[in-house]
Amino acid sequence: MRRYSKTLVFFLSLWPIYVISYQIIFNQLGPEPVDRIINHFGEWTLIFILLTLSMTPLKQITKSVEWIKFRRMLGLFTFFYASIHMLSYVGLDYRFDIEPLINDVLKKKFIFIGFSAWLLLIPLAVTSSEKMVRLLKQNWKKIHRLIYIIGIFGVLHYIWLSKTIFFKPLIFLIILIILLLFRIKITRSASKI
Amino acid sequence: MIKFKNSEITPENIYKKRRSFIKSVGLGASTLAMSSIPFLNKSLASERDKLTSYKDITTYNNYYEFGTSKSDPYRNSQIFKTTPWDIAIEGEVEKPIKLSMEEISEMFISEERIYRLRCVEGWSMVIPWMGFSLSKLLSKVNPTNKAKFIEFESVYDPAQMKGQRYPVLNWPYNEGLRIDEAMHPLTTVVTGLYGKKLPNQNGAPLRIFIPWKYGFKSAKAIVKIKFVENMPTSSWMWASPREYGFYSNVNPNVDHPRWSQATERIIGEGVWAPRVKTLMFNGYGDEVASLYSGMDLKKNF
Repeated sequence: MRRYSKTLVFFLSLWPIYVISYQIIFNQLGPEPVDRIINHFGEWTLIFILLTLSMTPLKQITKSVEWIKFRRMLGLFTFFYASIHMLSYVGLDYRFDIEPLINDVLKKKFIFIGFSAWLLLIPLAVTSSEKMVRLLKQNWKKIHRLIYIIGIFGVLHYIWLSKTIFFKPLIFLIILIILLLFRIKITRSASKI
Repeated sequence: MIKFKNSEITPENIYKKRRSFIKSVGLGASTLAMSSIPFLNKSLASERDKLTSYKDITTYNNYYEFGTSKSDPYRNSQIFKTTPWDIAIEGEVEKPIKLSMEEISEMFISEERIYRLRCVEGWSMVIPWMGFSLSKLLSKVNPTNKAKFIEFESVYDPAQMKGQRYPVLNWPYNEGLRIDEAMHPLTTVVTGLYGKKLPNQNGAPLRIFIPWKYGFKSAKAIVKIKFVENMPTSSWMWASPREYGFYSNVNPNVDHPRWSQATERIIGEGVWAPRVKTLMFNGYGDEVASLYSGMDLKKNF
């Protein structure tokens, strides 16, 4: 079973694709389909950031290193969904109309921060391979700490686009804070040793 | 754009047929073929005047009293009781009055009025409302010379309205207009849509509709209309004064602080339809621009 766990996680991680494909095929996207697609992938990007960030705490709690082998895959899925999210906004919503897009990125803080988060994901995706880990040695860890900033940017992106304080962005914020607090605890206990 | 039509009540399927008839005769098959090419769509005004389907109008709503998700109002409003219902007209008037819904429907004949609705969030619909000008209702009272503004108060009933149990906005929902805006013939008291009784999720039994302003200005389920001396503070102004102003006229040149208002997405147009340019005063500039002559609309957003 353990041998197949990675394959299983891979196919489970494709869940957002199954859902949206079903909705497209059976015409279930509702009155604002473009919005629906963008939001769908945006939300799943955030979920995958949180999942990626959960692996290390899970390792600590369960005292099992099993979790860490999923971390790279989940991180890459984060980048994958963030890219679809961004591309559906740029392509479906704005039809690659660059001028209003640049305007949005520069003038609207929620788009600026969301776009920044996506840009910051690129170096992480590029340096995700085993080869890069070995090549970059200590620096690899430093680069990949960017995920904390990306998480914060991502949740802020969600909070800022909401009209009032809503339930869902708050849930994401709370989970993110808990996951980040774990890091402080981990580094503290590590420095004690 | 047809502003209003004094036609008889027409069922939805006939509306649709009429639209496609006009389209096929008036524009010809070549235009129809062209309209399937998304990039050319921008220049065709016909698409933006197409009536939004009854289903979309009645299942895609912002009505936070029934929940903050767009599908909540439809889901949570079906058992909402709208009888008996009284509307009070009071404040700076010589003699305040109270009218029941029955009295109102006897006094004023509702006519079909097709208006565009532009939501502040950047989407739009074309809705065949049933209603009459608010000025007719307001003429039932004599305002004192202190009266400068009109304040609308929506119903407060957390037992029936789930959303009001949470402090999402300061309840009851509150909106306002300047008296000249309220007296404008386009400002409508809505009692129905698509020739039918107004559904609960659209603001039954009675709501206001102001076609040249963002949707949230058009308060639903009204119980009180008050003449006041000072500019009222609406619920959205309370929630975020930087983002929602008193006027809230549709204006493609004044962005919401967090998103652009230059374009909008037409509801029901499908995944491949492009955004269309938002029109000043939602396309009703000829009728209403004079209300704001000399005003800085960037400042008075």
